[in-house]
Amino acid sequence: NEQLAIPQLRQSSYRHETPPTNPSRRCLHLGYFGGKRLHKISWSAPKPSPLTRSAPMAKLAIFFTLTLSLLPFLSHSFSPDTPTDRRILVLLDDFSLKSSHSIFFTSLKSRGFDLDFKLADDPKLSLQRYGQYLYDGLILFAPSVERFGGALDVAAVLDFVDSGHDLIVAADTTASDLIKSVATECGVDFDEDPSAMVIDHQGYAVSDVDGDHTLIAADELIRSDVILGKTKIEAPVLFKGIAHSLNAANTLALKVLSGSPSAYSANPSAKLSSPPSLTGSAISLVSVVQARNNARIMISGSLDLFSNRYMKSSVQKAGSPSKYEKSGNEQFVTEVSKWLFHERGHLKAGNLRHLKVGETGEPAMYRIKDDLEFYVDIFEWSGNSWEPYVADDVQVQFYMMSPYVLKTLSTDKKGLYHTSFKVPDVYGVFQFKVEYQKLGYTSLSLSKQIPVRPFRHNEYERFIPTAFPYYGASFTTIFFFYLFVFFLVIKTRFAGALQMAGFFIFSVVYLYNNRMVGRPPFSIL
Amino acid sequence: MPPQTMSAKTDATIGVNGTAKSTSNQAPPPMALPANLKSDLLNKLSLKSFKLKTKQQELLLRVSILFLVYVLAFITRLFSVLRYESMIHEFDPYFNYRTTLFLTEKGFYEFWNWFDYESWYPLGRIVGGTLYPGLMVTAALIYWGLRFLRFAVHIREVCVLTAPFFASNTTLVAYFFGKEIWDSSAGLVAAALIAICPGYISRSVAGSYDNEGVAIFALLLTFYLFVKAVNTGSLTWSLASAFGYFYMVSAWGGYVFIINLIPLYVLVLLITGRYSVRLYIAYNCMYVLGMLLAMQIRFVGFQHVQSGEHMAAMGVFFLMQVFYFLDWVKYLLSDKRLFETFLRITVTTTVGLAAVALGVGTASGYISPWTGRFYSLLDPTYAKDHIPIIASVSEHQPTAWSSFMFDFHILLFLFPAGLYFCFKRLTDATIFIVMYGLTSMYFAGVMVRLILVATPAVCLISAIAVSATVKNLAQLLRTKSKVTQGGSSKAASGSKASSKALLDQSQPFQRNGAIALLLGVFYLLSKYATHCTWVTSEAYSSPSIVLAARGAHGNKVIFDDYREAYFWLQQNTPTDAKVMSWWDYGYQITAMANRTVIVDNNTWNNTHIATVGRAMSSYEDEAYEIMRELDVGYVLVVFGGVTGYSSDDINKFLWMVRIGGGVFPVIKEPDYLVNGEYRVDKGAAPKMLNCLMYKLCYYRFGELMTEYGKPPGFDRARGVEIGNKDIKLEHLEEAFTTSNWIVRIYKVKPPNNRW
Repeated sequence: NEQLAIPQLRQSSYRHETPPTNPSRRCLHLGYFGGKRLHKISWSAPKPSPLTRSAPMAKLAIFFTLTLSLLPFLSHSFSPDTPTDRRILVLLDDFSLKSSHSIFFTSLKSRGFDLDFKLADDPKLSLQRYGQYLYDGLILFAPSVERFGGALDVAAVLDFVDSGHDLIVAADTTASDLIKSVATECGVDFDEDPSAMVIDHQGYAVSDVDGDHTLIAADELIRSDVILGKTKIEAPVLFKGIAHSLNAANTLALKVLSGSPSAYSANPSAKLSSPPSLTGSAISLVSVVQARNNARIMISGSLDLFSNRYMKSSVQKAGSPSKYEKSGNEQFVTEVSKWLFHERGHLKAGNLRHLKVGETGEPAMYRIKDDLEFYVDIFEWSGNSWEPYVADDVQVQFYMMSPYVLKTLSTDKKGLYHTSFKVPDVYGVFQFKVEYQKLGYTSLSLSKQIPVRPFRHNEYERFIPTAFPYYGASFTTIFFFYLFVFFLVIKTRFAGALQMAGFFIFSVVYLYNNRMVGRPPFSIL
Repeated sequence: MPPQTMSAKTDATIGVNGTAKSTSNQAPPPMALPANLKSDLLNKLSLKSFKLKTKQQELLLRVSILFLVYVLAFITRLFSVLRYESMIHEFDPYFNYRTTLFLTEKGFYEFWNWFDYESWYPLGRIVGGTLYPGLMVTAALIYWGLRFLRFAVHIREVCVLTAPFFASNTTLVAYFFGKEIWDSSAGLVAAALIAICPGYISRSVAGSYDNEGVAIFALLLTFYLFVKAVNTGSLTWSLASAFGYFYMVSAWGGYVFIINLIPLYVLVLLITGRYSVRLYIAYNCMYVLGMLLAMQIRFVGFQHVQSGEHMAAMGVFFLMQVFYFLDWVKYLLSDKRLFETFLRITVTTTVGLAAVALGVGTASGYISPWTGRFYSLLDPTYAKDHIPIIASVSEHQPTAWSSFMFDFHILLFLFPAGLYFCFKRLTDATIFIVMYGLTSMYFAGVMVRLILVATPAVCLISAIAVSATVKNLAQLLRTKSKVTQGGSSKAASGSKASSKALLDQSQPFQRNGAIALLLGVFYLLSKYATHCTWVTSEAYSSPSIVLAARGAHGNKVIFDDYREAYFWLQQNTPTDAKVMSWWDYGYQITAMANRTVIVDNNTWNNTHIATVGRAMSSYEDEAYEIMRELDVGYVLVVFGGVTGYSSDDINKFLWMVRIGGGVFPVIKEPDYLVNGEYRVDKGAAPKMLNCLMYKLCYYRFGELMTEYGKPPGFDRARGVEIGNKDIKLEHLEEAFTTSNWIVRIYKVKPPNNRW
C-alpha cells in the first residue's frame, strides 16, 4: 500500500535536457568508490583524534572531490552541449565478429568513439552503475543470444533507450526471441517464421553463390540527406537476412532500406505452400526509429550488412548493366551510424520568448488584440559545434485547443527565428507551440503557456460616434432639468434662482475642465 | 440542549406578555397574573428602581429582547466552529473565499477585471464579470473596517462569520417588517422565530460563506422597504428600497424573485382596485432606480432590460403609467360612458402594442427567452427532461415533505393560521406578505434550496399567527378581570361589547381554555426551539469538507481526506499542472490546492463539463486522448468505498454519463446499466466495469479488506463486492491516495516514448 508516490519528472522532450551522463567508465569506478567513502569520512569526523592519519585522508578526499567534479568537463562524454555519443558498448555473439566487422568498428573508432566489446552473455554485463549509465550507445551484434548475461535484459535495454540513449540492433536468420522482442518493443516486427529470409528473384545480387536469391542488392533507400548524408549512395547495398515490417501504429519508425516490390519473405529451402506474409515494399530491411525523447534506434535484418566481406565485395544487381567495384554497404552503414549517434540531424531549440510590441520583458499575460513578437533559437549540431539552423518551414502556433494563429517563422540565419502577430480576439489560456518534425531531424516540441485576458473596464473606447445621439439626449435632459428647476425656483424666490444659475455655470465649467484633462465627466457612460 | 436557546425563548414569551401587559396597564391596574410572575417582578423592579414610564418600560423590554435575539441568532450559528474549526464549508464558499482574498489583496479594480486562467482550462473565466460581487465586497469592507480599527483579523475569520452576522441583521429587519405588516409584538416574535429557523440556518452557519447568507438579509430588507414605501407613499423609502434591491442584485441571482414578485404584487393590487398614488410612487421609483442600479452589476448588465425574466416588471411599469393616465382622463372626462369607450380603446391598443413589442422583441432576439433555471422553476419536470446539468445538482431537487418538516417544524402549522389572520385584516402590507408566502412556498416545493427564500415569509406569517393568538388569548384573560373590575363600562363599546357579553356567559370555561391554549403555545414554541437547536448542531453544522463519523466504540472519527489530498496536490505537483476532476471539486481544488482545473462549480459551459464527463465514462485509451487534448496532468476522483461515504464519484457517475451523453451521443446511458439497474458488482455492464471512472475508483481496491467477514474488494458505500478486481492502468499511474481512500489522485503519463 504505497501511499506517497513522488511524481515522476516529466521526461524531457528534447535531448539536450537529459541529465549529463557519467564520465568515462574507468575513472568512474575508482572515483566513485574512493570519492564517496573519503568524502564521508572527511565530513563526518568531527573528532580530530587520529590527526596524523586524518590529515592526508582529508587531502585525498579534497583531491578526489575536485577531480570528480571536474571530470564531467574533462571527459568527452555525451552532454547537452555535445550531443554526439562517445562511449558505446558492443555486444557480440563471439569475438570473431570484432575482426570480421572491423571496418565498421574502425570507422567508429576513427570518429572518436570509445568502443567497449563484450560478449552478450558476459556475466558482468551492466549498462548502469549507481543509477548512472556507463554508455551512450549500445550495439547489439548478437542475434543468436537467448539471454543476456549479468543484469541486462530486454527491459534494461528499453530503459536505456527511454533514458535517451541510442541502439543498433542487427538480426540474422539465427535471430533469437530476445532480439526480436527488443525490436518489437521498438515498433518493428520481424517475420515470425524463424526460417524465413528475404528472397528477391529480381533484385538479387549477381554474386549470389547459393542461387536461392537471398543475397539482395537493395537500392530502395530513404530519400533523406539528413539520415544518409549528402553524397548519394550509388552502389546497391548487399543484404542477406530476415525481413521485418513496421508496426502500423508506430509513427516514429522509418524504413531506411526497404525491399523491392518483388521481394518477399519465406524459407528459401522449402517449397512455398502459402502466400508469404511479408511481401514487396512492406518489407523493411533496415529501419530506424527516433523515439519521442530523440533516442535513435537502428534495426537491421542482416548482421552481414555490417561485415567487411560485404563492404569490400563488388556488386551488380541482377538485370542491371552497371557493376560497382564496391558495394554501398560501407557508405550506407557509416552514414546511418553518423545519424544514429547524433553526429547529424540533431537540433536544439530553446530560449523561447515573446514580448508585446514596444515593450521589453516578457509579460505574464496578454490582452486580446495585442501585437506581440515571438522569438525562438534553433541550432543544429554539426558534430563538433552548434551551427545556426537555417530553414524556412519552422512554424509557431498560438494554440488553445486548436491553433488560432499559425505563422511561419523567419530566420536571421544566425539561429534566431522570429515572427510577430496580433493576438486573436479570443480570451483564454493559450500556448506558443513550436512543433517541428522534419524527416531525420530531432523533433522539436516546445510550448509556453500564456493567458490572454479580455479588455479591462477602462480599455474600451469611451465615446463612440454612433452613440452621439444618446450623449446628446442625456445632456439635453440634464440641461432642461436645470432649466425647469430654475424656473420653478424663480417663481418662488429670486435668490434661490441665482444660486441655481451659479451652480449650473459652475457645473458646466467643471465638466468642461474635466473634459480638457481627459477624464470622462460621467462614469456611467 | 444548550441553555441559550431556552433563555431566548423565554425572552420572547416575556416580550409577548410584556406588551400585553403594557396595554393592559393603560386600563385600571389588573390583578397580577400567576403565569407571569417573573415578568411582573421585572416590571416592579424597573418601576421601583428606575421609575420608568410604561412606554419606556415597553421600549426597554423590546430593545433588550431584540438585542438578545440578535446575539442568539449569531451564537446559534457557531456550532460548526465549536464542533470542527473556523473553516470555510462546502464547495461554492471556497470560490467566494478565494475571490474575497483576491479582492482584499489586489483591490477592487483588479477584482472587477479579474480574468482567472486557473479555472476552466483552457477557456478561463472572467471572474469579475460572472459573479455577484456583493458578498465579497461586503466581507472585504468588514475586513478593511476591522483593520482600520486596528483589529488584526484574518480575512478567513471575517468570511466565516459574515453569514452569522448577516443572519443577526436579518432578525432586526424581520422585526421591523413584522411591525410594518402587523404590530411590534408580531415583529418581535418574527425576529425570534427567524433567528433560529433551520431553513435559514442551513445556509448561514459560520463558515457557510455563500451568497445566500447575505442575500436573505438583502431580500427581506428590500421587501420591507418596499412595503414601507407603499404604506407611506414616500419617495425616500422607495429610494431606500431601490438601494436594497441594488444590494440584493449585487449579492445573489435570486434577485429575479424580487423583480417578479413585486410586479406581481402591484398587479394584484391593481386588479383588486387598490391602486393608489402611494403605490404609483413606490413602484415607479423603485423600479426605475433599481433597474438603473442593477445594470451597474456587470453580471446583470443589459439582461435587466432584455431578458424574459425581467419583462414582467417592465410590463407592470407601463401598466402603471396607463393607470395613471386613465385616472387623469377620468378626472378630465365627466361623462362616464365616454370614459368607458375611451378605456376600452386604450386598453385594447395597449395590450395589442405590448403583445406586438414582446413578439417582435423575442423573434428578433432582443428579448432573450427564459433561461433553463427559470423554466425549471415554473415546470418542475423541465430540467429533468432537458437540462441534466441543472437536474444533477442536489440542491435543485424537488423538496421532500420531510425536509419541510425538518426545516420549518411548527411553522408549517402556524403558516396557514397566519394566512388566516392576514386575510382577516387585509391591507396592502398583509397582501404583500401573503403573496410572498404563497409564491415562495411554491418555489420551495420545486427546489429544495428555495426553502431558504420561503423561510422569512413563513417566519413572518407564523409570527402573526403566534402573536395574534397569544394576544387574543391574553385578551380573554383580561376581559375577565375587566368584568370583575368595571362591569358597568362594558355596554359602552358597541358591537364588540355584545361579543364580550357572549364571552362573559361562558367565563370560567373560556378562561381555563385560554390558559390551556397559552400553555400549549408555549409548549410548541419551546419544542420549536429544541428542534431548531438540535437540527443546527446535528445536521447543519457539518462543513462537508471534513467528514465525521461514529466509530465502533461510539467515538468520533474525523475524515480529513479532502484537505489531505489538496495539500498533497499543492506540495507535489508542478504549479501549472492541470487537474481533471468532476466539477464538484473544482472550486476546492483551485482554492486549496491552487492548481488549474478543467471544470468547476460555476457550470457555465455545458460542453466543457460534458467533455470531462465523456472522459470519465470512456475507456482508458479514449479518455487518454481527451486528457492529452486538455493537457491534463492529474486526475482526481472521490471514492467512498472504504469509508462508506456515499456521495462519491461512483454514485455521481450516472450524471457524468448523462451530461456527457447530452453533448456527445457516443456515450449512451444504457451501456452502463443492466436492465435499467446501476450496479458495480459482477453483474455490472462491461462498459461500466472498464470505464475510466470505475478503474480509477477501484484501482487496487480488489486487494483491500474493508470489512470483517466480507471478501476483499467489498465496497462499503454500495454494499457489494466489486466486479472488476484486476484493474490495470495503462496511461495513468496512481500518484496519491488519502488515508481513508476518499480522494485518489492519478498522474497522466506522457505518451509512450517508442511508439
